[in-house]
Amino acid sequence: MTEHERTQVIDSSEETRLLTEVWRSPPGFFGWFTHVNQTSIGKRFIITGFVFFVLGGLLAALMRIQLSAPENNFLPPDLYNQIFTMHGITMMFLFAVPIMEGFAIYIVPLMLGTRDMSFPRLNAFGYYVYLIAGVAMYLALFLGMAPAVGWFAYPPLADARYSPGMGVDFYATVITFMEISALAAAVELIATIFKQRAPGMSLNRMPLFVWAVLVMSFMIVFAMPPLMVGSVMLALDRTVGTHFFIPGAGDPLLWQHLFWFFGHPEVYIILIPALGMISDILTTFTQRPVFGYTALVLSLVAIGFIGFGLWVHHMYTTGMPHLASNFFTAASSMVAIPSGVQIFCWLATLWGTRPRFATPLLYVLGFFFIFVIGGLSGVMVASVPFDTQVHDTYFLVAHFHYVLIGGAVFPLFGGLYYWYPKLTGRLMNETLGKVSFWLTFIGFNLTFFPMHYLGLQGMPRRVYTYLEPLGWGDINLFVSLSAGLLALGFLSSFINIFWSLKRGEPAGDNPWHADSLEWGTSSPPPAYNFRHIPVVIERHPLWEYQEGQDIPVVTGIRSDRRELLVTSLLDAHPQYRAVMPGPSVWPLLLAVAVGIGFGGFMFHNIFPVVGFVLSFIALAGWFWPRELTREVREESS
Amino acid sequence: MDLRRLRPVSLVLSVALLSACAGHQSALDPQGPVAERITLFFWIMVSVAGVILALVLVLLVAGQFRGWRQRQHRPLTYIQSRNLVIAAGLVMPVVVLLAFSLSSAATDRVLGKPLPEDALTIEVIGHQWWWEVHYLDNRQNRIVTTANEIHIPVGQPVRLLLKSADVIHSFWVPNLNGKTDLIPGKTNTSWVQADRSGTFRGQCGEFCGLQHARMAFLVEAQPAAEFQAWLDRQKQPAATPADPALARGQEVFLSSQCIMCHSVRGTRAQGRVAPDLTHFGSRQTLAAASVPNSRGHLAGWILNPQSIKPGNFMPPTQLAPDDLSALLDYLHSLR
Ligand code: HEM
Ligand SMILES: [Cu+2]
Repeated sequence: MTEHERTQVIDSSEETRLLTEVWRSPPGFFGWFTHVNQTSIGKRFIITGFVFFVLGGLLAALMRIQLSAPENNFLPPDLYNQIFTMHGITMMFLFAVPIMEGFAIYIVPLMLGTRDMSFPRLNAFGYYVYLIAGVAMYLALFLGMAPAVGWFAYPPLADARYSPGMGVDFYATVITFMEISALAAAVELIATIFKQRAPGMSLNRMPLFVWAVLVMSFMIVFAMPPLMVGSVMLALDRTVGTHFFIPGAGDPLLWQHLFWFFGHPEVYIILIPALGMISDILTTFTQRPVFGYTALVLSLVAIGFIGFGLWVHHMYTTGMPHLASNFFTAASSMVAIPSGVQIFCWLATLWGTRPRFATPLLYVLGFFFIFVIGGLSGVMVASVPFDTQVHDTYFLVAHFHYVLIGGAVFPLFGGLYYWYPKLTGRLMNETLGKVSFWLTFIGFNLTFFPMHYLGLQGMPRRVYTYLEPLGWGDINLFVSLSAGLLALGFLSSFINIFWSLKRGEPAGDNPWHADSLEWGTSSPPPAYNFRHIPVVIERHPLWEYQEGQDIPVVTGIRSDRRELLVTSLLDAHPQYRAVMPGPSVWPLLLAVAVGIGFGGFMFHNIFPVVGFVLSFIALAGWFWPRELTREVREESS
Repeated sequence: MDLRRLRPVSLVLSVALLSACAGHQSALDPQGPVAERITLFFWIMVSVAGVILALVLVLLVAGQFRGWRQRQHRPLTYIQSRNLVIAAGLVMPVVVLLAFSLSSAATDRVLGKPLPEDALTIEVIGHQWWWEVHYLDNRQNRIVTTANEIHIPVGQPVRLLLKSADVIHSFWVPNLNGKTDLIPGKTNTSWVQADRSGTFRGQCGEFCGLQHARMAFLVEAQPAAEFQAWLDRQKQPAATPADPALARGQEVFLSSQCIMCHSVRGTRAQGRVAPDLTHFGSRQTLAAASVPNSRGHLAGWILNPQSIKPGNFMPPTQLAPDDLSALLDYLHSLR
């Protein structure tokens, strides 16, 4: 039964028919390129993100095969270097950030009780940019010209002189291009969160996931530009011979500052939405409000702020003055305080409750173990002297996988199991879910914990091989076998996703008896999300009302066109109705035009001009006055 | 505190987990004052971290246990929760981190310790993918040049001047000290000291391109007298071979393309872009500690360097078997 039919069975009123009609996305193959609804775009981000996760995981598997024995000949050095670079790029740029944004795009408008994101077409544009960027990177890999300089691409190694060929050009241009997508989503999420909350949902009644997404979005807005500036400078150094990062004329360390001023916050950009997910999942599975709402919000904001002050701890070995470095030790370890507040608020919430140990909660508990270890090793590497020993070794590889996989991937899978019913209308299989959790959890720890030891034993990272007498072979073999177990864990979750799509138990609107508004609409939600905009009078709207009791709603928003309600920034008083644009192919065309401008720059300087002209045409099409525009203008005059 | 008291712990761990080669290139088996302090600090941090991890897990499990045994919710009250968060989430981290930052800075002072003016100074220049090493006298003149193997006297601090000829590398001997980057256009300084004689392996610590994996080196710590003898010998140019077989080898060397890149002091080979070979015969390894410096490996290396270290910048050389054999003899005679 499609959503369409279902709505009609439940409610065949004229209003529903109109809403369905107005918010419908065009069917068919070509229609597919015109979708702008937040639920379609969000799903696309999520699915594409998982595809890149699988690709990145396959690359990791190749690396682990190569490293399973000393002086192995499975991969030649050049290919290995491309593979670890692409693994890093994939996981950081093409998987983690987009998938977090995807969840945000899908869930946040539902949590806020609104009908769409604030700029639906920009939303679609962002997705196409992401897709084009990812496909371009992988094209480079399959053509054997992926960058081989690591995802942080330090010059002078990344300069044209030491990395001839197209690899780093792909890196520099595609990364800049890709960040357009991240920025678009961030700007939109901020606008949506600030201006489209259901009436009554003042800032201090927002679900914690929404808070987290807000902090993440602000961080993106401040962290991405330095990277874009840096990668444009790198592209210019390579293509037109500027000297920003050339020793003597410029400074290679400038790149490291720019890169890490982005790169460090990047880690928190990935982590923070995950923290929001955890708070919400804990609320639901303990069936009580998570303790310390204000403390949690403040610590999210604090983590966001502090995250910008630490970039230098990636550069302790560059010969900085000792006093300055020690300042960054203190600053870096400060992040542990808000993180500690988060952890202990959750522990206080969990204490003495009898939570439902469903798969999402298991992933959250897995997070506790893994993330705390990653955080503790993080404090250790914040120390200047200790970092000089483990920087760029497998100790660090272990540390950041503990933080990234423990801090982002585990909550993400928790979130997937948790929101899957809202995405598809069906629950994921619990038994398989538990099996996959345990496989993932055990596989993860067996894979990454021994890497700490390898690093202390002197194994550098980013080496395609190591010599037999160093004695690292046994542990590396063990690690590689464990990585197989981990892969099996992820695989079983993916099988679960596909299996449950058809055979999962139908979920109903609110299978977990959760508190927030996204569960107040059908699963999956209709294209217009809510027939009437709900009114919120406290922090846990769905717990306020008995089963079956209706939530108070706002009426008076037109159903015969794409309208939603705009509310005031602090306490969400209704302000006015806004009309949203509908399906359009222009976002896709604009993304292609911008892509031509960026991508072509690698080949010839004429392409930016071509791209500019094409973008101009696409923008003209995008903003061409339409029937609706006229209608709105007349109405307001 | 004295690290010696902790050494058994690290030793047991090392031996238990990895018996074959402990100590060869390991931060857990410090052999000099800097690495020693870092390792001590590491063990302290691990212990504190272990306690904190245990605390979190105990709180998690105990809280659950309580709920399930009572067969009903027994949540903390607001006050209890607040106190827990303040004590464990705020006060504890602040105290722990304060202690951490201060002791980290104290440890760091060992790294930044000023060395005596007349300390032995070695200049290390990183190349893709090998190490150029110069010994300096106290007026900063280069007195000895070698490559990929560094000799130091036991028990004396040795100042390092670190530079790069191309991309960023990082100088790292885990048993002696943490890394310091070699950055083009910049001179970084660091120091090492070995308290025992022995051979310690070091490896480039910053990804530097294709053969980053095979950019290693050896540090040979010797008693002062032995070191001085070694240094004196290294100062000498290569002797002109008396043996006609070796003379033939030298002829092969000087008439082939080798001299475009390599130098052997005392001959007209004055190439600067590849390792100095003046005392090559006394080195233990080839190609930045990639393979032992045996006759077979050396022959393979000269005929086809790419087969040993794909991507390195030495071109292959075609030689008649007799010429090759004479050349090998000659090179290994350069002691
Ligand atoms: C699927 C399980 C994973 C495995 C088995 C794995 C394994 C590895 C390995 C072997 C390396 C190379 C280390 C080196 O040579 O220096 C690596 C690097 C890296 N991984 Fe993963 N990884 C996994 C998942 C992830 C995830 C989920 C993320 C991020 C969200 C991630 C981020 C990175 C980054 C940023 C690097 C550094 C790349 C570079 O040096 O340029 N990995 N990983
Ligand atoms: Cu190097």
